[in-house]
Amino acid sequence: MKRLRRTMLFIPGNNPAMLQDAAILGADSIILDLEDAVSLTEKDSARSLVKHAIKNMDYSSIELVVRINPLDTEFGLEDLTTIAKVKPDALMIPKATQQQLLDIDFLLDKIEKEENIENSSIKLIPIIETALALETVYEIVKSSKRVIAVLLGAEDLTSDFAIKRTKEGEEIFYARNRVSTACRAARIDAVDTPFTDTNDFEGLEKDSRKAKSLGFTGKAAINPRQVDLIHSVFAPTAQEIKYALRIIFAKKDAKEKGLGVFSLDGKMIDAPIINRAMTTIDLAKVLNIL
Amino acid sequence: MIITKVGKSGTLESSDILIMVVPNKDHGINIELESIVMKQFGDQIKNIIIDQVKKMDIQNIKIIAQDKGSLDCTIRARVETAINRAM
Repeated sequence: MKRLRRTMLFIPGNNPAMLQDAAILGADSIILDLEDAVSLTEKDSARSLVKHAIKNMDYSSIELVVRINPLDTEFGLEDLTTIAKVKPDALMIPKATQQQLLDIDFLLDKIEKEENIENSSIKLIPIIETALALETVYEIVKSSKRVIAVLLGAEDLTSDFAIKRTKEGEEIFYARNRVSTACRAARIDAVDTPFTDTNDFEGLEKDSRKAKSLGFTGKAAINPRQVDLIHSVFAPTAQEIKYALRIIFAKKDAKEKGLGVFSLDGKMIDAPIINRAMTTIDLAKVLNIL
Repeated sequence: MIITKVGKSGTLESSDILIMVVPNKDHGINIELESIVMKQFGDQIKNIIIDQVKKMDIQNIKIIAQDKGSLDCTIRARVETAINRAM
């Protein structure tokens, strides 16, 4: 069954209290962060804490992701080799480029072989946060079979563009479309950039709905308080589920009558609409709404 | 393996442990521990520290630890980092 990834919650890697609580905060995925949440003087500390946490804590109920430092920093390679050995579900790669992903893929092949880990079991989630990455997003996604999702990183992206980052998000409209399209083409999850005002829940809901309407399948969270709201946005509504069920029943009915295409409420229902209805039903079942 | 200088890691925040390691030439493994759960877990914490030190192949070291209710994996991580910083 497809794994839910409605929320990916960032957890600072140098914070023992948060590492302990991470699994019960309700997110579908957690991202143990060795990169931006950790100061330069504490990178070694965080790496050690995350390594020991993964080895000893029970994260089995959620997807466990570690954001390592970029390979071209003095920390990246050590992060990769240390963390890969403790088998997280995925590594999140900041400032992703095609070359970086190829290099990481190669290194992971080697480490998995040396450590007797099943080949390709450690997945990759690149972060699209530079103009170049945005231009080449589909190539980045296709550069490794380990890629299972993409995160849009709008803070760094707008910085790369030297433009203002706003709550309304007009400046990232193209970027969202571009990322969502590439992910849909590759049939992988598209995870939206975090909403950074942790006190503005109305803004968070608006932003999440915007992302959902453009085809994103989930959103990153930077505070546990954001998780429930994001989940409610990315779950199908009762209305959507009812309509999907009506489509499925109407399809069954039409099939029994020997009809290929049929109409519901005056609208023609063909294959793409039926597929969307089935996806809604599947998601509702996974969420125990159905 | 021998440590050559002082190494520190961790904080005094809840669920963390502050570890300071100091060279202790020829005097074995010596631990000074303060903990908010000293009565219940003092011995266990000391044992984990000693175990981590031995795992890193160190025979002589003095460790000063101030525990604020940390879990085993946190203790191991902080000891490991402090020792690496003291190499």
